[in-house]
Amino acid sequence: DRNVTPMPTDVRVMGEAPGNPDIGFMLRPAVASTMPSDGPMGIGRTALPEEIAAWDMDVSPNGTGLPVGSGNVEDGDALFQDYCAVCHGVFAEGVDNWPKLAGGADTLDREDPLKTVGSYWPYLSTVWDYVHRSMPFGNAQSLSADEVYAITAYILYSNDLVEDDFVLSNENFTEIELPNANGFIIDDRDQTELPVFSQEPCMENCKDTVEITMRATVLDVTPDQTAAREAFEAEQAAAAASEATPAAPETAAAATETAAATETAAAPAAEAAAPAAAGGLNMELVAAGEKVFKKCAACHQVGEGAQNKAGPMLNGVMGRPLGGLEGFGYSKAMAEMGAAGTVWNEETMSEFLAKPRDYVKGTKMSFAGLKKDDEIAAINEYLKSFSQ
Amino acid sequence: AGPDPLITEVQPWASGLGDGVDATPYGMPIKFESDVVRRNVGWLTADVISSINFTPIHALDGTITPQGCAFERHHSGAIELSKKDYRLMINGLVDRPLVFTYADLERFPREQHVYFCECAANTGMEWAGAQLNGAQFTHGMIHNMEYTGVPLRTLLAEAGLDMAGDLSGKWVYVEGADASSNGRSIPMEKALDDVLVAFKANGEALRMEHGYPVRLVVPGWEGNMWVKWLRRIEVMDGPVESREETSKYTDTLADGTSRKWTWVMDAKSVITSPSPQSPIHHGKGPLVITGLAWSGRGAITRVDVTTDGGKTWQQARLAAPGQAKALTRFYFDHNWDGEEMLLQARAHDETGYVQPTKTQLRDIRGLNSVYHNNCIQTWWVKPNGEAENVEIS
Repeated sequence: DRNVTPMPTDVRVMGEAPGNPDIGFMLRPAVASTMPSDGPMGIGRTALPEEIAAWDMDVSPNGTGLPVGSGNVEDGDALFQDYCAVCHGVFAEGVDNWPKLAGGADTLDREDPLKTVGSYWPYLSTVWDYVHRSMPFGNAQSLSADEVYAITAYILYSNDLVEDDFVLSNENFTEIELPNANGFIIDDRDQTELPVFSQEPCMENCKDTVEITMRATVLDVTPDQTAAREAFEAEQAAAAASEATPAAPETAAAATETAAATETAAAPAAEAAAPAAAGGLNMELVAAGEKVFKKCAACHQVGEGAQNKAGPMLNGVMGRPLGGLEGFGYSKAMAEMGAAGTVWNEETMSEFLAKPRDYVKGTKMSFAGLKKDDEIAAINEYLKSFSQ
Repeated sequence: AGPDPLITEVQPWASGLGDGVDATPYGMPIKFESDVVRRNVGWLTADVISSINFTPIHALDGTITPQGCAFERHHSGAIELSKKDYRLMINGLVDRPLVFTYADLERFPREQHVYFCECAANTGMEWAGAQLNGAQFTHGMIHNMEYTGVPLRTLLAEAGLDMAGDLSGKWVYVEGADASSNGRSIPMEKALDDVLVAFKANGEALRMEHGYPVRLVVPGWEGNMWVKWLRRIEVMDGPVESREETSKYTDTLADGTSRKWTWVMDAKSVITSPSPQSPIHHGKGPLVITGLAWSGRGAITRVDVTTDGGKTWQQARLAAPGQAKALTRFYFDHNWDGEEMLLQARAHDETGYVQPTKTQLRDIRGLNSVYHNNCIQTWWVKPNGEAENVEIS
């Protein structure tokens, strides 16, 4: 390595080495914790069994880590529609750019292979583990073990790998072999590529002609930076313009002072005027709501250009009947409540946000709900600001 | 032209006063640099919560990437995790399963190193040909920082891993605290070699988007193994085969079989300027051609540059001797004749590996690998100084 002082190989020995008492003193813990490590340095504490159980959830291909439990395809179907279908599709076929979980058999050696659980994933344990720890998106670790068995069973069913009466459990789990289990080889670049890519390359007269065979601007998929560039250039031009006609120093300094004074004076005035201008909204609460809304933003958009995503866009939601946005695929329950006359207002929204699945039984929204009243109030105010 | 008023006339900044020292207690770049920012490509992913953006490498020089414009990749969004709430657990096949607080980590002997972190998907869009027009978009899933942290082996020793015992076939599983629970398996040999549990980057605390307060640094290996918000390290007798090491970050070959455990990032280089987002404005004459080179296998020893699409190559000048698993800056000082150029760079590392052409890569891997595309990149510089991403014969 580069000019790096060697690390002490055995800190305990080094610390106790004669002639090095200062370092020994520095390395010993100043205060013993309640359950100290008896490791070489005595830092950290013993992990409790409950703590290890809470965090050590990974499941290996041989089934190590699977809890006792079971679930069937039918229950899995219902759960999948509630928690997964908004992104992964009713039949696990995927929505927009969200991952497709089913289909794609025999496509891996073709152009644009479709990689799904059925066509690509080597181990079922990976499905169970990922659903259990990381899904649903935005509400991870909310599913019980039985629910995860059921959803995993449904994903197998949607890939035509089991029948509709199939029950998956910790007991039959390792009997399931996925179709592409033997489709993987361990990195062989050192054998297949390194020898080829370690030749002394040509430096002169390497080819007679060179032709351009493909151009990025013809394809034209690069994000447009025009707006940013124009703003940048406008700024440069403005700066150049003001520099081109330099005012006398005294005037410039005075102008700067006046501008600064105007800005400081203008700022509080604008703030004071804001609530009235915003139709009686509590702008502080709106700002708080904007922060809380991060929890919702994976599925819901608001503001200019807001579109339906996994959840409906929420401009104008306040005052709208439940399930009332044309063109969004609501749950039956949500649509029925709206048809029966229930409208989103501070009261209904608060009840929904506290426990979504209790208020609208059968909602597709997988979010568990907001626990704090002040967060609910903030979201209400924030949504109101997009509903005027 | 007459005398330059910028010189002959007293300018406001030369007579008036600037900002006081506390105007910005933590400073941002001056407004004139406001276009030097991360950018994403909307159509690549379903949502910005689980997505990636790109470092503006076309506008940077030197080798260290400022944290504020270093590319981000999140699976469930960047989380706010305080030092106070931070816990790191080591469990599994160790004598003493342990829990560390953030303050605990600061008491272990530290190291510091400069390493690059490159997403396995960097340049992945080039498998299908020249697509995105800019070095930021083709090669910007990379950053290079100076990390301070504790070697993973030190923590494993504290937990009583038997270093003298038989560790063959042993792995560590590392996992983050965010909702994606991103986890990767790392073979023990690497874990005990140079993996770092880092809490500072470029001298300051990690930024939230880079894993504050603690992330893993896995030098030379693909970026998704550098687990952010690191919360658990488990010693195991095999790999977990998690989602990110089976369904993602595996490389499908032309015959439909896929390589797994393709951890190391091969030698690679790219000219950062001139490039599509960094055109030549000054016309013919002296021109600085510059770029970056790196290798996960070791230090960069040499970079070749061609201006004629690979008919003739010349060695570029390395700004400093290559450092293992870190970015190297190269310069090629050129007297441009104002004619069109087909610019390419080619990296060599200390193992003798030479960066391959797209054709060489495709001959072995086909077109469907997605990840680990380290091909030679071509910029077509036109007589007006504009540049475009192209593919050539």
